Amino acid sequence: MSFTVELIISVFLILGGLFVLVGSIGLIRLQDFYVRLHAPTKATTVGLGCILIASIVYMYHMQGYVSINELLITLFLVITAPVTAHILAKVAMHHRVKVMQRTRNQHLIETARMQLPPENDNKKQDQDD
Amino acid sequence: MSILSRAFARLLPMPLHSLFLLIVWLMLNSTTSLGHILLGTLLAIVIPVLCAPLRIPQPRIKRPFKVVSYVFLVLKDIVVANFEVAILVVGPMRRIKPGLVAVPIDLVDILPITVLVSTVTMTPGTVGADISKDKKWLYVHVLDMPDNEQEVIDLIKQRYESRVKEIFGC
Repeated sequence: MSFTVELIISVFLILGGLFVLVGSIGLIRLQDFYVRLHAPTKATTVGLGCILIASIVYMYHMQGYVSINELLITLFLVITAPVTAHILAKVAMHHRVKVMQRTRNQHLIETARMQLPPENDNKKQDQDD
Repeated sequence: MSILSRAFARLLPMPLHSLFLLIVWLMLNSTTSLGHILLGTLLAIVIPVLCAPLRIPQPRIKRPFKVVSYVFLVLKDIVVANFEVAILVVGPMRRIKPGLVAVPIDLVDILPITVLVSTVTMTPGTVGADISKDKKWLYVHVLDMPDNEQEVIDLIKQRYESRVKEIFGC
């Protein structure tokens, strides 16, 4: 394996590792459930993306063809990651998980739980009427 | 002839899905051996037949080329937003100002809405939390809320929703 290839693979691996690390740090440091939810979605997208690119380059050099499994992993990740994040957020709202004090528009959680349109706008419309 | 075509429709209710299943099966096993092609074909026929009753009719993609540019736009946004969120996470916690926003959406069908919510969730910094029953309001949790929440709403509506609308032609 030539030096440039090794360099490319290392750069992608380190970048990917860094992003996954920052995602994990975020899980510890951030203060409430909703805010924490943002950290892992990040780790899966760019972090794993970089690691998969490194893997593709490595396999291409060892075997001479583009390994398709990595592309499939990317595909499944892109499909599943938003769904899990969405379901987690939804479950948190139904369990009335505490939110950070300075979260703005906290009243929206109540209407979102009942899957109703936001109340404020209705009130405004009523006043207009 | 009509009986034949009807039998064909019963056997392959979703021809594109069947083809896709076969391709993914072969990619998963990374072979093109006869045995796997036969097994993949069997799965590609059986799975859609079993899933057909669950299916809700969805609008077709009207402009396939727009999908490619949309995917690249979202990829670029994911990378840029990742760096922004990474800096926020490592930096001081008091700088994080979370908030909730209700975004009015104009899309009607489930598939375009799913695509929109998925992209909103994939771009770090925003997570689609819930949707109102009448499918007119999308609740989004924002990690770093700008002072004027209208900015977030405009970003989602102009950058993503208008493009999704174009793709599905609605």
